[in-house]
Amino acid sequence: MTSMPMKQLHDSLLELIRRTSAELPGDIVRAIETQRKLEAESSQARYALDIIAENIGLAREKSQPLCQDTGTLHFYVRVPVGFDQHAFCEQTRDAVSEATAKGYLRQNSVDPITGKNTGNNLGPGFPTFHFEQHDVYEKNEVEVCLILKGGGCENVGAQYSLPNRALEADRNLEGVKRVILDSVIAAQGKGCAPGILGVCIGGDRTTGFDNSKEQLLRTLDDKNPDPTLAKLESDIVRISNELGIGPMGFGGKTTLLGCKIGVLNRLPASYFVSITYMCWAYRRQGIMMDKDGKITKWLY
Amino acid sequence: MTTKLETPFTESKIRELHVGDMVEITGKLFTGRDAVHKYVFDGGLLPVSLENQIVYHCGPVVIKENGEWVVKAAGPTTSFREEPYQWKLIADLKLKGVIGKGGMGKKTLEACKAFGCCYFHAVGGAAQVLAEKIIKVNNVYMMEEFGSPEAIWEFEVMGFPVVVTMDTHGKSLHEDILNISTESLKKFL
Repeated sequence: MTSMPMKQLHDSLLELIRRTSAELPGDIVRAIETQRKLEAESSQARYALDIIAENIGLAREKSQPLCQDTGTLHFYVRVPVGFDQHAFCEQTRDAVSEATAKGYLRQNSVDPITGKNTGNNLGPGFPTFHFEQHDVYEKNEVEVCLILKGGGCENVGAQYSLPNRALEADRNLEGVKRVILDSVIAAQGKGCAPGILGVCIGGDRTTGFDNSKEQLLRTLDDKNPDPTLAKLESDIVRISNELGIGPMGFGGKTTLLGCKIGVLNRLPASYFVSITYMCWAYRRQGIMMDKDGKITKWLY
Repeated sequence: MTTKLETPFTESKIRELHVGDMVEITGKLFTGRDAVHKYVFDGGLLPVSLENQIVYHCGPVVIKENGEWVVKAAGPTTSFREEPYQWKLIADLKLKGVIGKGGMGKKTLEACKAFGCCYFHAVGGAAQVLAEKIIKVNNVYMMEEFGSPEAIWEFEVMGFPVVVTMDTHGKSLHEDILNISTESLKKFL
């Protein structure tokens, strides 16, 4: 494919990063607002959601990060056949570096052996690219989605292997439900509840976790086309909200805002349930770009 | 109802606080997270005294603009990672408070009781609301050794909003919620 003008591509990517970091998408804002009104007026749960609501407004107004942990950057890119991925990655890295210098992103890339921070958010695995070739869009259109995944919530994700004796969880939907709820109990408020779960039933240890994170590209108000999974998704949210963990683990009615479940086939010997925990600061945004690298549509 | 906690942070002021109290802090905060806690626990000496001060578990986004440090985002990080070390810092450095999110464990709770220190929970992710309460960056220490998010940033704050979730009386909201939620789950299994 002819490559996009690099300057325009760079500018579009920088704007995608800025907006993802500073502005929460509409579906999340609505869900938080609905729950905020349901919490008792003088409760700590209400206090937490009031501050969160204030923070959402301030971040957008000041064009500054919603949360100081701007996390790892996952770019999900759907490209036409023949697209120059090398050039795209190079421009993205430049845009990430500039976004860091401007303060849209925190310096988050640390060498685990030396402890040194690279200072520009670049390094092995930073950022992460997920490429997929498509043939469904207009010729030469490119779709780029971005998730900023903070460390606090990433640390409370989990991967279970069924059967799990300790949790009396067998290789069936009841077992899946038990381990998902176990992860919610274990997380308490540490993932900055209210949280949103991305879950994958099946796959191997890598594909399972990858797929669970991809579930976070779905909107909060979408419906799983599989009725069994749709029911499991809403049961998990309903039960979690009756456990009394609440926003920040302060107690209350709002522990989860959503649960999105995907399925991959598995090996006969393995049965993994992979859970990615996303915090309330659910920074997920996307753009469509035309062949000149101009943004034609915002996706969330 | 909000309690105002203003500098100097004395033991008697701290011992008056209880779990559930909504507090607004005015005075200095010193950020310190994974690198600093391990460093001090292993015997490292700090270039600044934290006696009667409050440590804030935070890796802020701070940018230099026109020669001045400007805080762009400053919400709390998850405190539990410091649980192995916190009790020693409270004891040795004579800390009066720890601000973070997600709570801490038994060792920290015991140190709070023994040494007159409270754990204050700031709202996780409220990076802008909390950054607004930081009126000045006084200094930054150990930036070269630890990098920006792990350095010790000395902030001057006014009306910094937190909730007491672990007090000097042996009470922890986190322990209570864990027990309540674990018990509630049994109904659904």
